[in-house]
Formats: sequence, C-alpha cells, structure tokens
Amino acid sequence: MAAKEEVKLLGFWVSPFVLRVEWALKIKGVKYEYIEEDIFNKSTLLTELNPVHKKVPVLVHDGKAIGESFVILEYVDETWKQNPLLPQDPYQRAMARFWAKFAEEKIFEGAWTALCSQGEQKQKALQQTREAMEKIEEQLQGKQQFFGGESIGYLDIILGWISHYLTVWEEVGSMEIIDPAKFPATMAWINRFLKHPVIQGTLPPREKMLVYFHQRSKELGSTSHGWLRV
Amino acid sequence: MADEVKLFGMWASPYSLRVELALKLKGIPYEYIEEDLSNKSSLLLKYNPVHQKIPVLVHNGKPVAESSVILEYIDEIWRDNPVLPQDPYDRAMARFWAKFIDEKIQPTARNANLAEEKEREQAVEECCQQLKMLENELQGKPFFGGDTMGYLDIAALVIAFWFEVVREVVGLDLITEERFPILCKWIGKLQDIDVINECRPPKEKHVNYVRARYEAAKAAASN
Repeated sequence: MAAKEEVKLLGFWVSPFVLRVEWALKIKGVKYEYIEEDIFNKSTLLTELNPVHKKVPVLVHDGKAIGESFVILEYVDETWKQNPLLPQDPYQRAMARFWAKFAEEKIFEGAWTALCSQGEQKQKALQQTREAMEKIEEQLQGKQQFFGGESIGYLDIILGWISHYLTVWEEVGSMEIIDPAKFPATMAWINRFLKHPVIQGTLPPREKMLVYFHQRSKELGSTSHGWLRV
Repeated sequence: MADEVKLFGMWASPYSLRVELALKLKGIPYEYIEEDLSNKSSLLLKYNPVHQKIPVLVHNGKPVAESSVILEYIDEIWRDNPVLPQDPYDRAMARFWAKFIDEKIQPTARNANLAEEKEREQAVEECCQQLKMLENELQGKPFFGGDTMGYLDIAALVIAFWFEVVREVVGLDLITEERFPILCKWIGKLQDIDVINECRPPKEKHVNYVRARYEAAKAAASN
C-alpha cells in the first residue's frame, strides 16, 4: 500500500521548469521520488498523468497529478506550510506573482526566442529581454539576500534558471543578454543563489547543456518553446 | 477605516470583466474607472508603469496589475465568498485550467478565426480539441466551481461571451450545441446571472468593436 504522503516528480534532466519544483520541495524538506522522463520518447505514465500537455514537470501527490511549474509551486506552498515560499502579506504576494509572470513572459520567452532565431527577430527578442532584465535589476537594488528576503522564495525560484541557463544560452546563441558591469545587483543575486545549499548539486552539467541546447536551437529554428511543446 | 478600492478597466476587455465580476461576487464596493486605451490616463501609467495595461486594481492607494494576480489578491484580502476553492488540489486545478484557457485556447481560437481557407480546418480542429478538454471539467457540475460560480468560471467567461461575438463577426462557429452540449448549457446558465449582466459588454456595441478590430487585423495580416 502506498504511503499517504507519497510524492513523485516526473522530470527531465535539463528542464528549468522541473528544477523549480525540485528547489521548492528541497526548501521545504519534502521527500520525493524523482522519475526521469525522456521527453522525446514519452512514457505512458507521463501521458496518463499529464494528458493535457504531456509535459514535465508533473507532481504526483497522494495519487493526484499536477502540471505547470507555476501551479505546482503554489500547490507545494499551500500543502507544506514550513519554510513558506510566497510572502505572508497579500500585497507582497501579489508583487511576487506579478514579477514572476513578467519574468516568464519577457525574460524567459525573450531569451529562448533569441536563442532559436536569427536576424531581426533575434535582435528584437534580445532587446526585449535586456529591457526586462533592467526592471529585475531595479527590483534587486538594495535587496539584502534574495527576493524572498533572508532565504530563497517564490520569485527566486521562478527566476533561478537565469543563474545557470543564461550564460549557456548566451554562448550557444552567440549573444550577450547580461553585461555583468551593467547588472551588479543581478550578478550578486546570481552568486548568492548558486552558493545556496539547496541549489548546489541540483544543476545539470554545463557541458551537457551546451551540447543539448546547440542541437535543440538548430532543430527549432525560430519556433519559440518548440521543445517544451514536444 | 473604510477600504478604498478602484478598478481601472475597459468595457470590452475579458480581463477587466474577470476582476469586476470577482469584486461583485464577493460584494466588495469599488469605483470603476473606464480607460480609453488609445489615450491612456496618467493615473493608469502611474499605477501600471511596467505594462501600461488594464485591469489595475488600486487598494488603498496600492496598485495590483494582471487579472490572475488581482484575483488571488482579492481572495486573500476579502475572505467572504471565496472565488478559489478551499482544497489545495482543487485550487491547483482551477489555476491550471485558467492558464490553459489563456495560453492555449485563446491563441488557437485567434488562429482559427484569422486563418486562411486552407489552414482553417486544422486550426479549428486544434481549438476544438482544447475546448473539449475544458468541457470535460464541467462533467456533473452546473459550474466549473461546483454549485456556484468560481475562479475558473470567471476565467472561462471569455469563451462564453467573446467567442459568440467573434462568431457574429467572422462567421466561424466554434462552440456548437452538437459538439459542446455541456459547454452550451453552462453558457446558457450564465445569461441569467444578474452580476454578469451588470458588467458584460453590451452585445451590439461589442460586435461593432470586435468587427473593427478584426478588419484591422486582417488588413495587417495581408500586408
């Protein structure tokens, strides 16, 4: 008989969305079973648990499946109350959610589009991403440790991919999104984030990522988020 | 101290309607400020400098933008008549399907409506598959929220009302009784709800508005 608190996470080694869920579970000290999925050869388990999108991450808790990293994060925060990810104050929560949505739409989408495209489309995407990063830089001004305060919180988790994926994408895409000299607060946040004990040991190997994204960006051309729709 | 609640909205925006409806369902008094999107007020630009879009809720002088963020905020501040379900899994499902409506159904519907003849069939098929998945969530319930309207009903109003208006303009009937009997029944129920009728766009005005935008989009696409 399965334990009541059984938690499984279906993931893919290089998915930044899956990493978000792993970080959240680790911050809360929730034990989970990780199941690696080959998203190019999807298992029946994945298609049964996430029939709508057939994508990872999928969190399975007490036999019930939840997809979409943003939705999973809210669920994790509501289900396991220790080490809260979102702030307690409703207005601060609204600000965290606002910036998370902003970052996903402008920075993640922008950087990915820039990676997979050329010419004018690439330049436009780079411009959008840089402008959006400037707003994040502003938000980080004067922050002591993290968006979440002394410890990593919801917005740090949502933006965390930047600390590890952005330089990989910059290299693969022969582009510069963050000029370290122009983003001192962001660089400091990245360094703190990468040093955090919860984050250490979770990041996919850089060399493997370079190979993977070289291949994927070529395959996808200008299709934004193609790999995630697979 | 009395709460001061202002909503900057636009009469034809489904996102603006989401917030208005949530406020009405929860019985929260508010001042509504209509924005002319072709001539945005300095207040709107001050309260939403990042996106410069409606809706924006201003609560005791503090602005909150993005309809999904506003709805969560409203539910957390005013605890009566919750819009989101209580159970974490049910909340996750409501959020999941609302996201699906905005990120999947709306774009594929737009594609279907703007598609050229040869691509239309495939676009329609894709949209209908997605609508079917959403309709399944209504099985055995009068509303997505259960016995009464909830977060997902509010999010899905765009399908109930905007799709009907676009059908009049474009002529493409996505939600037929034959294909989506349960969805049509749900839409029928919405017509009788007072708070919805208080804030939904007036039909004829809405059709004219969408027609003008559709013609402009068609013209832009053919260039």
